[in-house]
Amino acid sequence: MIGYLIRRMWQMALTLLLILTVTFLLVQAQPGDYASFYVLDPDLPTEVKEQMRATFGLDRPLWQQYLIHMRNTFTGNFGVSFGHFPRPVMEVLLERLPRTLVLFVTATGASFYIGFLLGKAIAWRRGGFLEYAATISGTTLFTVFTPAFALMMIWVFAFKLGWFPVGKFLDPLVWRGSDVTANSVFSLMLITALAFAVFAFWVLFALKRKGNTGMKRLSIPIILVAALAIPLVWALSGIGTLALDILKHMVLPIVTLTLISFAGTMLLTRNSMLETIREDYVMAARAKGLPEKQVRDRHAARNALLPVVTSLIYSLIFAIDGSVIVESVFSWPGTGMTLLEAVRSEDMPLVMGAIVFIGLFSLLAHVIVDILYVYLDPRIRYQ
Amino acid sequence: MTTTPPIGSTMPGSSPEPPEIAMGQGRLLLAKARTRLALRSFRNGWSIFLESRIGVLSLLTIVVFAVMAISHPILMATVWDPEIYDPVTGYAFDETEQPAPPSWKHPLGTDPLGRDVLSQLLSSTGSEFVLGITAALVTVAIATTVGAVAAYYGGLIDAFFMRLADLIIALPSISLLIVLSALFDLNLFYLALIIGVLGGFGGTAIILKSQALSIKVKPYIEAARVAGGGHFRIIFVHIVPNLLPLSLLYMMFTVTSAIFAEAVLSFLGLLDLRMSWGIMIHTANVGGYLLGGTRYWWLVVPAGASITFLCSAFYLAGRALDEVVNPRLRRRDD
Repeated sequence: MIGYLIRRMWQMALTLLLILTVTFLLVQAQPGDYASFYVLDPDLPTEVKEQMRATFGLDRPLWQQYLIHMRNTFTGNFGVSFGHFPRPVMEVLLERLPRTLVLFVTATGASFYIGFLLGKAIAWRRGGFLEYAATISGTTLFTVFTPAFALMMIWVFAFKLGWFPVGKFLDPLVWRGSDVTANSVFSLMLITALAFAVFAFWVLFALKRKGNTGMKRLSIPIILVAALAIPLVWALSGIGTLALDILKHMVLPIVTLTLISFAGTMLLTRNSMLETIREDYVMAARAKGLPEKQVRDRHAARNALLPVVTSLIYSLIFAIDGSVIVESVFSWPGTGMTLLEAVRSEDMPLVMGAIVFIGLFSLLAHVIVDILYVYLDPRIRYQ
Repeated sequence: MTTTPPIGSTMPGSSPEPPEIAMGQGRLLLAKARTRLALRSFRNGWSIFLESRIGVLSLLTIVVFAVMAISHPILMATVWDPEIYDPVTGYAFDETEQPAPPSWKHPLGTDPLGRDVLSQLLSSTGSEFVLGITAALVTVAIATTVGAVAAYYGGLIDAFFMRLADLIIALPSISLLIVLSALFDLNLFYLALIIGVLGGFGGTAIILKSQALSIKVKPYIEAARVAGGGHFRIIFVHIVPNLLPLSLLYMMFTVTSAIFAEAVLSFLGLLDLRMSWGIMIHTANVGGYLLGGTRYWWLVVPAGASITFLCSAFYLAGRALDEVVNPRLRRRDD
């Protein structure tokens, strides 16, 4: 297993190197070169230009520039953004990365879970009303023109019903007079959510291992108490209203992204379930007299999960692209919107930084899927 | 398999020194037999396809859009005055206020710049088809070749193409296209080419390669090799035709992704196109008409619905085709 993972990591490193090379070549392939783009920009003072020429080594031969580009990328030096002038690209991106991560991780997790549950159910009862309804609404949501759908969500839930704010990350009126920054509140929220997830997972697993039914029954109340305690602590901490404001802005983008991406998993689970249902062990489980639910969940669905996880990478990439669109429509200031803004204002250092970040992001997702797959499929471990 | 069986390798056509006349006749017979078999398998596949209601419905939707695409040049030439109805430069002089609601003269109203929405909708349909089909053809041409070559030669060539495919799968294509639009001037043709190349070297190549691997070990490939067929001939005469049904399926999915990508990029205002559904929504959005809600519905609903319907029609038709190509998904009468 370790060997397999190390081999995959090597391939990922090679892929990353390739992505970096391609981004470098793309910049070089542009009509007019990077240097003139920088040097002729009147907004930059002379000393900054000199400094950047030295940092990027623009007067040297191409292969040296390539090596410098690589070194700079690996040390996180993407230069200074044109659009956010004195700030380095890295700083701008790091500020926005957590927001994208939250949007993406929550929506992908939710859509995978919903898609798997629905796919399982519609494969089990073929030809029913549920299958038609789920297939049609799922594919419509999957192929719907995402920007128009996101705008429709805004119009219905933010504009007409007024349940959620129209867009953006926070409401300046709420934040006026507070002495904390949005990012510090947001990272605190992230840490809380992460700690809660780890805690809930640990409680469920630790108590399950014990095998004691009394303890098992306790696990749900313990998690519930923790889930209730967290808002209380936040409300008492004084920045509760601020956190609530961010939370309100988060709901609509996450729901939209979940809705557009769950159908892929659903349809795939359905196909994969249809194949596993015909296997002998499913018939054996039925012949044993196990209840339908157990045959479906423990025997068929567990094995149907494998191909779904294999193609999880497709849905992850779909969700990354989807989050770029959703971010731009909801004005959610994450990496995707940064990329788009940078492209529109021809802020090339920021564009390159953002695409490297998004590439890294998708590679990381790839690695996580691989690890998950090794965990799920014992056959890989013995290789 | 629903393709022409490999009679080719055993017929006189590929034997080393056949007499001149016999060869001509053999070719003719071969062609006849092949057409007959192709027709029969087509009819079988067609009847399976007709069983799926969703598939038929989506095929009808595609046909409706095709009719829309054809009708635009005809309407422009006969009924519509180009000065008023041109999708880009026209101006509705007969309306006083410019995003005009639907009327008899303008069935879907006009946009903020006074252009007829129906005319824009119809003229974009044609270019969506051109874009989707170009991208799909490029994808299939590349993917079948790469898949067949990688499966046939194996080894280093296989490893190279498969790693390349892994790399392309790991790239979020819309984000990549957004970056490319910053670097180059993307028009319809380049966009189709880029989407096609990305699809062709990406996931489709992997799927077609796994199919080609199972074809490569069939006895008729062996027979063709014994009969003296070269690498090129075996790949393109014996392997590639058997990959075509599966590649047709992936053509459908490529069309969906190409139309979707075009719509997203033109909605974001990053493409160099005359008119498209995405641009129609972009125009309405930039003018701030979208949050007017249902008041200016004709600016968004026709274009948005068209994108959604055409994309899902190709996608669902592809899935119905999947049941034809992949027998394991068919409904059994049990």
